[in-house]
Amino acid sequence: MSASAAFLQLLNGLASANSLFLVAAGLSLIFGVTRTINFAHGSLYMLGMYCAVTLIARLGGGALGFWASVLLAAAFVGVAGAAIEILVLRRTYAAPDLMQLLATFALVLIIGDFALWAWGPEDILGPRAPGLAGAVTILGREFPQYDLFLIAFGPLVLLALWLLLTRTRWGTLVRAATEDREMAGALGVNHKWLFTGVFALGAFLAGFGGAIEIPREPASLSVALSVIADAFVVVVVGGLGSIPGAFLAALLISEIKALCIGFGQVTVFGTVFSLSKLTLVIEFLVMAVVLVLRPWGLLGRAAAPARGPAVLEPRLPVPSRRALYALAALVAALALVPTLSTGYTLVLLTDILVFALFAVSLHFIAGPGGLHSFGHAAYFGLGAYGAGLLLLKAHAPMELALLLAPFCGALGALLFGWFCVRLSGVYLAMLTLAFAQIAWSIVFQWDALTGGSNGLIGVWPARWLSSQSAYYYLTLATCSAGIALLWRILYSPFGYALRAARDSALRAAAIGIDVRALQWAAFTLAGWFAGLGGALFAFAKGSISPETLAVPRSVDGLVMVLLGGLHTLTGPIWGAALFTWLEDTLARTVNYWHAVIGAVILALVLAFPQGVAGFARQRFARRGDDA
Amino acid sequence: MKFRQLTAALALAALALGSAHAQPIKVGELNSYKVFPAFLEPYKKGWQLALEEINRSGGVLGRKLEVVSRDDGGDPGSAVRVAEELIARDHVAVLMGEFASNIGLAVSDLAARRKIVFVAAEPLTDKLVWQDGNAYTFRLRPSTYTQVAMLVPEAAKLHKKRWALVYPNYEYGQSAAESFKKLLKKAQPDVEFVAEQAPPLGKIDAGSVVQALAEAKPDAIFSALFATDLQKFVRAGNLRGLFKGRAVFDLLGGEPEYLDPLGDETPVGWWVTGYPWNQIRTPEHEKFLKAYEKRWHDYPRVGSVVGYSALHTVADAIRKAGSTDSARLIAALEGLEVQTPFGPIVYRAVDHQSTMGAYVGQLAKKDGKGVMVNWHFADGADYLPSPAEARLLRKQ
Repeated sequence: MSASAAFLQLLNGLASANSLFLVAAGLSLIFGVTRTINFAHGSLYMLGMYCAVTLIARLGGGALGFWASVLLAAAFVGVAGAAIEILVLRRTYAAPDLMQLLATFALVLIIGDFALWAWGPEDILGPRAPGLAGAVTILGREFPQYDLFLIAFGPLVLLALWLLLTRTRWGTLVRAATEDREMAGALGVNHKWLFTGVFALGAFLAGFGGAIEIPREPASLSVALSVIADAFVVVVVGGLGSIPGAFLAALLISEIKALCIGFGQVTVFGTVFSLSKLTLVIEFLVMAVVLVLRPWGLLGRAAAPARGPAVLEPRLPVPSRRALYALAALVAALALVPTLSTGYTLVLLTDILVFALFAVSLHFIAGPGGLHSFGHAAYFGLGAYGAGLLLLKAHAPMELALLLAPFCGALGALLFGWFCVRLSGVYLAMLTLAFAQIAWSIVFQWDALTGGSNGLIGVWPARWLSSQSAYYYLTLATCSAGIALLWRILYSPFGYALRAARDSALRAAAIGIDVRALQWAAFTLAGWFAGLGGALFAFAKGSISPETLAVPRSVDGLVMVLLGGLHTLTGPIWGAALFTWLEDTLARTVNYWHAVIGAVILALVLAFPQGVAGFARQRFARRGDDA
Repeated sequence: MKFRQLTAALALAALALGSAHAQPIKVGELNSYKVFPAFLEPYKKGWQLALEEINRSGGVLGRKLEVVSRDDGGDPGSAVRVAEELIARDHVAVLMGEFASNIGLAVSDLAARRKIVFVAAEPLTDKLVWQDGNAYTFRLRPSTYTQVAMLVPEAAKLHKKRWALVYPNYEYGQSAAESFKKLLKKAQPDVEFVAEQAPPLGKIDAGSVVQALAEAKPDAIFSALFATDLQKFVRAGNLRGLFKGRAVFDLLGGEPEYLDPLGDETPVGWWVTGYPWNQIRTPEHEKFLKAYEKRWHDYPRVGSVVGYSALHTVADAIRKAGSTDSARLIAALEGLEVQTPFGPIVYRAVDHQSTMGAYVGQLAKKDGKGVMVNWHFADGADYLPSPAEARLLRKQ
């Protein structure tokens, strides 16, 4: 790449950074003040795009019509954001931390189906920006005027946000709440309207980011998911709650991407290496490196040490004898199913059992462990691929493959966990996500070994297990044993120590618990059981592809755990059963089944903020910090 | 009294027989409707139209045809579960559908395991009928390799020396690029491939990619981009003058699903495969077009033709087999000729691939919309590997 080509690629990076910054700034603001991880932020961005493209068509082509449309679209999304905050999120602040995440996940499903219904399935390519529709010549190359405009626009937004946050009273309140929510509340700040305002502003920025991209890309349904992942990365790399950090991170990631594309294929020691292909995962690589070196992002600061008594999560009481009998009876009843019913019921129950094991293994570290993993599917997928590769490439017998596969999950967790347990909170969550994405991209790219995006087929169980009922019995036995073992560990000294470390790392350390080693061990153990689930899954399906360890599978796991109840024991299995069954039933009967699932989850979140199983128990009122 | 009992018994028997006859034959249809709606909504309309036609003309084997259609959840794991349900609970005679290659392969492998015929409508991967082909799977659409092979003669004619490639970074794009390089090198040994860009599917950084391609100063460009990526690439390329004085080939760019959203931005002169639906004057297509427009008040896309032809394939196969038994269906499908809107196609016995073709032509702009011009129909039979080659591919 010549120097002038590199310069132009840097300009390209600057232009791409703009939208990314807008959407990330909104996400960062919202998280900073409300502690909500807003999954629906990408959907708001998508709404901004669709609204803008519709309005531009209505208001006519001129520059005035164009810019009025962009602003109106952003304003509309801002209002939608305020409505979401008032109608949904406000009711969830008292619930455990991650419940808002579940609510916003439901919103993703609902907004996605709404857009499909309102705008149809085809992409809509908007017009070029009037007045900025051409290109100028820079160093002998054509460069779009609109991209130049965007390069100037990003810093202006940064400046405007900075002025808003530092020079206005409202901005002061926002910063105060970001710094210390309790203290701001104690000083009499009406956080209700502050939260609504911040959410509306964040939504406005997301809508603006989407609307302003219209001259560069079409409005499409798939944009919601691809934007949200990038936005999270930018927020975390920049440091949560830091607007300049988000700006810096957006620049950094866009520039690295542009340079990778610019270099294209490079030859290192005679082997051709495609940097262009690296763009598949580059942002997650950057995030992993940044988080390992700077645990609070580029410009973020360490969280203020917890004040007063440690936050006590709800206790995890030892299940009563009656509850244990009931669970044993449930397993016995499940063992009888093959005598009464055949075929599909067994297939569905096999899936539910596998996902129950997966959800319980996630709950093990996320609930009692307090390590909120957003990338747990990595270990599920590693187990699945381990099983498939042992069977197909190493020609191991199926039984042996099933026995060894969980160690693939455990090895992955051992490696990634070492880095992850050094962090906490959302940073930890995002690092687990980054590692999961890296594992995913390796599987996705390594055609010769993993079959690339097509995956592996022909991963079938041994002959004696090939009937549906035989395989069902294997799954039932393995999953119930696995779940029972994980639960048993929760009530061993190891499990109690894990909860102690979650509730107060300092005190736990003071009484001689090696918190990191303990959490690392728990992480690895959870990886082993997730891997076991993955191996069972692979043999049940006969095929595996990279989706097994992709983000949606991780999110599904979280949804199952949260639906059931993060701070309950049996919640994850009810969550897994409910979610799998819902998906199965609704996909069959309803056209807009995503929206219906979203609505059901939303209703459950609002009705049972402690999860379905949590509701069955006495509800623990949380005081002080939120209400 | 006896007589009356006898007639009653006879009447009952007749009723029972009649109702047995009235039992419809079920086809299990599954697809990722939520993930690829732009292609699959027209596809659904296509098979729905075919279903109505088939049943209006008396169904198959004197029974009605019924399609049990399910969303496959968009990933192979759920798709396999849905397929199991169609087989076990709905007792379908045949499986049909699928779009994504990885899901197509997973369902194909399950079909072989459960010994049920699977008519794969859309998945493009070459592996489905060749490397990973199995006895139970038949594929309608021309695969990636075949579509590339249709474009290569046009590419070779131009005799451009320096080529740049851009394709989405997954199996479809990779194998398209690989086939293109191999076939063009064979047709034109002095060709050079000077740049290769593989952006992630749906996430192309169009400006950077366009500039990187331009830096390599190619004479011509081969692209396997489609959908959102294609639109972003075209706009950025137009703005930055990438296509000026360069021949450009795009594998799927002429399909209405991907061409129509380009509108005013349509790049003129590109070579593509596609479907010029409003210019095809063959009687079989005119009949289809009229019926489709009457039924849906919309024009057909490639997906419509695929859905329509896939269900007709299933119906014809059952008719020819005279039964829904898998072994007899396979025998019927091997060598089966089906009338489609693109003309007759044959399912080759050697690799279970149909000879469905595609239209090869150039893009032009008319009233602010993209259209295909200079097009001709490329019959799949002329571009598929020979039966001997195909047999070799399936052995591997």
